[in-house]
Amino acid sequence: MSRLIVFKNKPKIISTATVCGKKEGSGNLGNYVDEIVADEYFGEESFEFAERKMLQSTIKKVIEKAGYKEDDIGVYIGGDLLDQIISSSFAAREFAFPFLGVYTACSTMGESMLIGALLADGGYLKSALCATCSHFSTAERQYRFPLEQGTTRPAQSQWTVTGAGANLISLANEGISITSALIGKVVDYGVTDANNMGAAMAPAAADSIRDFFVVSGKTPDDYDLILTGDLGTLGSRILKDLVKKTGFNIDNNHVDCGELIYNIMEDEYQGGSGAGCSAVVFNSYVYQMMMAKKYRKILFVPTGALLSTLSTQQGESIPGIANVIELQI
Amino acid sequence: MTDIIFTYLKAFTVGGLICMIAQLLINYTKITAGKILVSFMLAGVVLQAFGVYEYLVDFAGSGATVPISGFGYLLANGAIKGAKEGLIEAITGGFTAASAGVTAAIIFSFIVALIFKPRSKIN
Amino acid sequence: MTKNPIMTNEEYKEYVKRFMPKTNEKRSLLNSFLVGGFICSIGQFIRYFFNLYLKLQGDSLAAATSVVLIFLGVLLTGLGVYDRIGKHAGGGSIVPITGFANSVASPAMEFVSEGYVYGMAAKMFVVAGPIIVFGVFSSALVGLIYYIFGL
Repeated sequence: MSRLIVFKNKPKIISTATVCGKKEGSGNLGNYVDEIVADEYFGEESFEFAERKMLQSTIKKVIEKAGYKEDDIGVYIGGDLLDQIISSSFAAREFAFPFLGVYTACSTMGESMLIGALLADGGYLKSALCATCSHFSTAERQYRFPLEQGTTRPAQSQWTVTGAGANLISLANEGISITSALIGKVVDYGVTDANNMGAAMAPAAADSIRDFFVVSGKTPDDYDLILTGDLGTLGSRILKDLVKKTGFNIDNNHVDCGELIYNIMEDEYQGGSGAGCSAVVFNSYVYQMMMAKKYRKILFVPTGALLSTLSTQQGESIPGIANVIELQI
Repeated sequence: MTDIIFTYLKAFTVGGLICMIAQLLINYTKITAGKILVSFMLAGVVLQAFGVYEYLVDFAGSGATVPISGFGYLLANGAIKGAKEGLIEAITGGFTAASAGVTAAIIFSFIVALIFKPRSKIN
Repeated sequence: MTKNPIMTNEEYKEYVKRFMPKTNEKRSLLNSFLVGGFICSIGQFIRYFFNLYLKLQGDSLAAATSVVLIFLGVLLTGLGVYDRIGKHAGGGSIVPITGFANSVASPAMEFVSEGYVYGMAAKMFVVAGPIIVFGVFSSALVGLIYYIFGL
């Protein structure tokens, strides 16, 4: 049986919403996001509260933009980078709809959309709300060093995006269709450097992209855009080369969310990362470009590095995952 | 006057060189900053245990005492002095010598933590 | 079926090296030298000052100097300046005693949000703890050896 999931009823993305931090807002996507929050604390006591509030406000926006009410939401699917995905589950506490918490690190948006599309396509639920978020400061606290510690970041590191993105998937006539998907395998090529997530995740992305082309019979040229999650500049270069080794060439239409989100590459090192990265880029710029028919057919491949601080300290390598979602308008 | 300038020059050069060795390790090995600090401190302890580090202190002054290896020197020196007084002093001498620095770090950090909130980095 | 069809983990390790970005090594070495040297010179200045005006000498002079440097390190951490210096200076701001102060103050500030007992106080030495542990242990060892062999 083929690994390709083909959606019979082609569920649609009927609305999206994004909120991001000041740094992200001053990048390439500033004109496309719904709200830019200048205060990194979002008026809250801690960064964790700020992240949660950012997510809540994104969820409210996506419902409002679709003209829905809370009762219309069949399920909210989402996750984030914090331990036990507290941002998502605590955000869900504020709403009256059911919640499915999912986690595949920075590719959580992809996993959410995949499950959401399945539930909507099967007609089980009227609509699925997919939302993920990340915050630079909470991620830094959890995975790296205290914020005020004077450390140098190695050149291969990435910058966790402060932002949240959400979309609403439903069976509708209008909107961007989710046509097929492929669930990724966990792939580990033995990268142990927790600063080099791009190199850790690139093989997973290459693996999923190759598998997708093989099982679907399609080629890279069928797509206007192949949008990977957050490999960053380094990871993207590795990915393009790896995919070539598998017999496909994505040089012309591959773009990475992490590469896209910030302007000045020098100071963000290899670009953005985090569960909010692909969520913000896809649900703002890419969504609007698709609605404007600038892109008609895309592959969305969010990538995740499935590490924890514990696994790194115990010397484990970093497994990666990438789900493939095919969208068209 | 030239004496003073020369003293500063020595402190600057020796201190700068010690920091540069740390940067070399950061650049060319996979040793993390935390481990480098511990190694430098231990290097200070070992060198002073053999009575070597104090020559560097005599030569470079703050250039040798301000880097973390100087902290190791302080610890070892305290222990060596303590050993002349008795067994207990031999064991506690190191920490006693370092107590001013550790106490200062605790007290100041406590106060600063009460006043300031951490901020996100811009880049 | 091989788990990793494109290449082995060992091959991938070498392969990734080809893509690694270049860090400006000469620049980082120069920065660490200059900043490290500068901080040590400040230490020297404080030393002179205390010696001249407060007539401090020996151990109390050394202690007073390091207390002032630690104060400066902690203050700059609180003001959010030290991490900016550290970004450019690398070893130059990590290795001096001000870096030690920074590594105590930064987690203390950071973990206030988890409370003063289990947060701020408990996490204060999460970075600098190893220096104290290995320092005290090794100095006790040195003291013991000196005591036993009567050096």
